[in-house]
Amino acid sequence: MEFGLTSDQTMMQESVGRTLERVSPLDAVRKGASAFDALLELGVPGILIPESAGGLGLTLLDAALVAEMLGRHVARAPFVASAVMAPIALAGTPYLKKLATGEIKAGVAVSEHASGARDGAGITAKNGKLTGMSLFALDADTADVFVVADKFGDLYVTSEATVTALTTIDATRSVAKIELDGAAAERLSGSAERMIDAGRIMLAADTLGAGQRMLEKAVAYAKERKQFGRVIGSFQAVKHMCAEMAAELEPCRALIWYAAYGFDALPEQSRRLAAHVKAHLSEVGPQVARTATEVHGGMGFTDLLGLHYWFKRIGFNRQALGGPERARHDAAVAQGWVGN
Amino acid sequence: MDLSYGPEYEAFRDEVRAFAKENGGRAPHSYFSEEMRAWQRLLISQGYAARTIPKEYGGYGAAPDILKSRIIAEEFLAAGLPMGMANQGISMLVPTLLELGTEEQKQKWIAPTLRGEVIWCQGYSEPGAGSDLASLTTRATEDGDDFVINGQKIWTSTAAQADMIFCLVRTEPDKPKHEGISYLIFSMKTPGIEVRPLVTMTGRAEFNEVFFTDVRVPKTDIVGARGQGWLVANATLKHERGMLGDPNQAGTRFKALVDMMRAETVDGGRLMDNPVWRDRLLKLQARVMAMEYHGLRLLTASLKGEDPGIARLIVKLQGCEINHLLAGFANDMLGEIGVLYGDTPHLRAHGEWQQRFMFDLGLIIGGGTAQIQKNIISERGLGMPREPKGV
Repeated sequence: MEFGLTSDQTMMQESVGRTLERVSPLDAVRKGASAFDALLELGVPGILIPESAGGLGLTLLDAALVAEMLGRHVARAPFVASAVMAPIALAGTPYLKKLATGEIKAGVAVSEHASGARDGAGITAKNGKLTGMSLFALDADTADVFVVADKFGDLYVTSEATVTALTTIDATRSVAKIELDGAAAERLSGSAERMIDAGRIMLAADTLGAGQRMLEKAVAYAKERKQFGRVIGSFQAVKHMCAEMAAELEPCRALIWYAAYGFDALPEQSRRLAAHVKAHLSEVGPQVARTATEVHGGMGFTDLLGLHYWFKRIGFNRQALGGPERARHDAAVAQGWVGN
Repeated sequence: MDLSYGPEYEAFRDEVRAFAKENGGRAPHSYFSEEMRAWQRLLISQGYAARTIPKEYGGYGAAPDILKSRIIAEEFLAAGLPMGMANQGISMLVPTLLELGTEEQKQKWIAPTLRGEVIWCQGYSEPGAGSDLASLTTRATEDGDDFVINGQKIWTSTAAQADMIFCLVRTEPDKPKHEGISYLIFSMKTPGIEVRPLVTMTGRAEFNEVFFTDVRVPKTDIVGARGQGWLVANATLKHERGMLGDPNQAGTRFKALVDMMRAETVDGGRLMDNPVWRDRLLKLQARVMAMEYHGLRLLTASLKGEDPGIARLIVKLQGCEINHLLAGFANDMLGEIGVLYGDTPHLRAHGEWQQRFMFDLGLIIGGGTAQIQKNIISERGLGMPREPKGV
């Protein structure tokens, strides 16, 4: 019985954290610097790809530990789609080797299945050609190929998408509308659900990292900032805000570990676990983000301090691949509490 | 990650499960009964209660093994059987005596306490000393070989049934508040003690007030040194905080809510089929799950002898909060039926959810209020400064 990380996992996470500290300080994030090359040196793009295909062959829990660090450093790099979701869908294909070496990067366009279709989005397959539109494709700006799902949830990979970037609140993420007009595509064998589950766990872990960092920043600020002749961190009103953030965030860590571990070890539970972890972090994250901002007072609201990068990252994570209401519905379906 | 317990422990689990199946029928129905004491003796003889208390003091004498203790708790919970007697004597006084009592005190009190033959109550809180417990004013003045006690305690559970009390009193009024307290143990039959039931918002008297008027206690009935009572008491408070935040309870209660969502209907439709109710249920499920896995994380830390730090400090706050939310949700689910109380038609689960909704609010306050917990989390967990002392 050991519910925790191995020393290898802790070391790997620390190593990713140190790298991001170096290549992804806030000033670099503001300028749109990408952490991809530094992550490539650590093998992160191939984290889930088998060693036989040039990857690290690690588990989804390892990937979640990386995601936590990316959120912590509001790092810009294709990861959730390119290094986690796409390699799951592309298992057994020659794409894996190229993803592992960084020769190509992948985007994923399945938001219609994760969040529901809006604005007429949807992709139809006919005679192996894809036609239609998908919104909110992830890791879009760097993508050489896209994994897409048709209306039935069947997966395809294509390199013939017309990509229109969408601007979101979160300047560290790239999403796009992709349009397909009789695009040539290869059919893949995996399921959209499995890939979405993995992506949801990553976004939850990203929120944990971002939220934890916001809490730390709030505590540090409260120990420094003086008003009424005292550091504001000595006022119970402020201390209790910080304690509430910690009390909500801390159990999230175990929930994420369990869901990420369960993705590989308890596949029959993984749909429910992934939906729950996504929904729960989507509730706790924004609460922490607003509280940490409030602890910083007026400064928290400014661009100068840059706290909003974390605030917005958490806000993005809440909606991507299904907001909390949608994810909870999926959790209900997964345990047979309701039909589809 | 390894969530299996391994073959040795699975064999132990089978043993406990077989015991539960065979002996479940002997489980007691009321707490203060010979039936309960017989159950307790049976459990001690099997090592399912008083497991790690040395044999010479009436325990089972097993080496501490957190996993085995957990397996026992899991299997009893699964079988719907009561664990052994859990009371303040067993969970708080016994560990204190083992740590700080004299050999004579250990010999005299531990075994009968474990067997449920001696029931204890805890005399800590006072009307003027709640969160600031160390400001307690119940006085014990020296008179020959005795202390003479005057004052009042409050929130004393089981005082009416108790044979004995472990009690904090002020023996050194001139010393700083933490250094003037002593920890005394004496009989509740001692002349000068009056117990008055304290009826709470639930309509029941789960607590009492205890009044002391010239109560004479031999000076030898002290645990630890004179003036050291604060340290002695803190050795036991940590046991109480662990007890109140048990995440297992939330899992069991959550299952009951799921059953209710399936069974209860409004306008002929099941609550489970209504997306608004279902969403609320699912929100709670995530919180219950998070605390369950958080419990596994703490368990792992204990097994490795590591201090989990802030992860441990949040348990009382979160555990009590979630239990209260669960009960509140059950009441909401029942609508107007949820406000029925007492012996009345259409009542569900004997009014237990409404009773819990109220009593669990008491638990949020008791054993260190939510606000005190937040002070502890922010000061010890996050390293934030203490509130400057008042004058």
